[in-house]
Amino acid sequence: MHAAQILVNAAVLGCLYACIAIGFSLVWGVLNVINLIHGSFIVLGAYLAFGLYNSLHLSPWYAVVFAAPLFFLLGYLLQRLILNRVISAPVLVTLTLTFGLDLILNNAMIYFFRADYRKLTLTPSLGSVSISDMVVPVDRLIATASALALTGLLYLLLRRSRVGRAIVAVRLDRDAAVLMGVDVKSIYAIAFGLGAALAGCAGVLMALIFPISPLTSSGYLGKAFVVCVLGGLGSVSGALAGGLLLALVESVGSAWFGPSHATTLSFVLLIVFLILRPQGLVGRKGFE
Amino acid sequence: MSRSNLALLALLALVATLPLFGGAYALRLGTIACLYAILALSWNVVGGFAGYPSFATAAFFGFGAYAAGVLLGKGLPLWLSVAIAGVAALLVAAVLGAALLRLRGHYFAIASLSLVEVLRELVNNATDLTGGGMGLNIPLASGAGVLAEATFFFYAMWGLLLLTALMVMAVAGSKLGFGLACVRQNETASSMVGLNTTLYKSAAFGLSACFVSAAGGVYAAWVHYIDPSDVFDILYSVKPIVMALMGGLGSPLGVACGAFLYLGLEEVVWRNYVQIHTGVLGLIIVMLLLFLPHGLISLRTGMFWRRPKHV
Repeated sequence: MHAAQILVNAAVLGCLYACIAIGFSLVWGVLNVINLIHGSFIVLGAYLAFGLYNSLHLSPWYAVVFAAPLFFLLGYLLQRLILNRVISAPVLVTLTLTFGLDLILNNAMIYFFRADYRKLTLTPSLGSVSISDMVVPVDRLIATASALALTGLLYLLLRRSRVGRAIVAVRLDRDAAVLMGVDVKSIYAIAFGLGAALAGCAGVLMALIFPISPLTSSGYLGKAFVVCVLGGLGSVSGALAGGLLLALVESVGSAWFGPSHATTLSFVLLIVFLILRPQGLVGRKGFE
Repeated sequence: MSRSNLALLALLALVATLPLFGGAYALRLGTIACLYAILALSWNVVGGFAGYPSFATAAFFGFGAYAAGVLLGKGLPLWLSVAIAGVAALLVAAVLGAALLRLRGHYFAIASLSLVEVLRELVNNATDLTGGGMGLNIPLASGAGVLAEATFFFYAMWGLLLLTALMVMAVAGSKLGFGLACVRQNETASSMVGLNTTLYKSAAFGLSACFVSAAGGVYAAWVHYIDPSDVFDILYSVKPIVMALMGGLGSPLGVACGAFLYLGLEEVVWRNYVQIHTGVLGLIIVMLLLFLPHGLISLRTGMFWRRPKHV
């Protein structure tokens, strides 16, 4: 009974982790930039959901519809105006730049929204479903389903659409893509915009479950790191595999060693993976 | 000894005369200036000489602070606690480096960032030894007056800075420094011609961790109270990078100047815009990277007033 509940929790959490990480993974894979603003984008998305629910009484699953284009635009402009200037610089420069941007955004959020922890409480509460002995809250189920839907949408976009194929082409071989007439600059901006949109949507979903505060952004970012490395970069299936593995390790780890050690365990796993299998679970070698 | 090394030593000697002029506030600033310069010079060994984007500075800073803090709590004298913290970090970093430095580029950056997280969580959870999230109180060293204590810690940090600077100069002038430059330029090629790159990189990582950790130890004794979120702050990893970028990557003199300049900026921002100081810091980082990527060293007087060209 207990084991089954842990597995269900891990599956629910894993889909959410995948959703947190997938935008980060896309940006890292396509632009070769470790995007440290990702965590703050997620928190900003959560505030958007919080604000929309409390002012207009708009449910978070509708807020996703607003968040996606808004964050896409934000990411697109950020990439076009700032990041694009240093895109070919070494990792030190791009990473420090996104760190600086993250400081600005995070400080702005603390300034405008205060650092208090808030919670989006749905009224009336949705309750929970129980199958035999396992209990899952309905809001978590909805968030998980939406996370899976978003992941699926990205997969379809990358597979079926013209833009998606161009993004994949740039990821595989930048120079060849240029020769085939792909406008790399705009693909970079679109990919970054997509990453930001996914972060914003993930934030909206997180608002349903976790407390909201600018201080939580580094936690989300850490999860994104681990998921990307565990699963492999730049692919949708990689993010899903990484998210599920991380959630499993955390759930089982906190059941065995106590919840305070779950984070330590996940980062140790990250370092072990980096050293032994840097291409991740489903990535291909030489393709990272 | 080259001219820029002499200039660096002269600069340090100038800093040492600070207690003649200032009160407790100037000494506090001076101590932080020395601390920042230690962090930046140490980072420069891995980041500047070997070209590895290390974000592990905060990990070793916190490691040293906690190692020395726990030892001081057990009643060991300050110099011994700091020395043990430094040597322990040297060994730990050399061993970790042998594994982590096999990664390159983004992967190394992520691994070194995660090192900070791992150590912070370990310290957070080892409540019996470190006090966990409640932090660690460190006994007061002596009953001396405020000014005497401030002067003492200033010279302690300054002495450590001098050691760091001498270490960096020695590395830069030695076979190790040459090997690290080879690693930076083309690691595969340098290992092909018989350079033991793993050994060199581990040595560099260990040396850069050693003095950072010792500085963490002095810091812990100086502020008397440390907690994990304070000493394992990622900002301690990023600030040295910004300083080094500000001064110009690779040159010890430039890096030290960058550290002092950065402290000046930080202090001005902190005094005037307390509520938004991290935001302003972020803005400085972004502007620096966008408009002055090669540091202040790349500024030439000619950029401001150009002489008319002779036709």
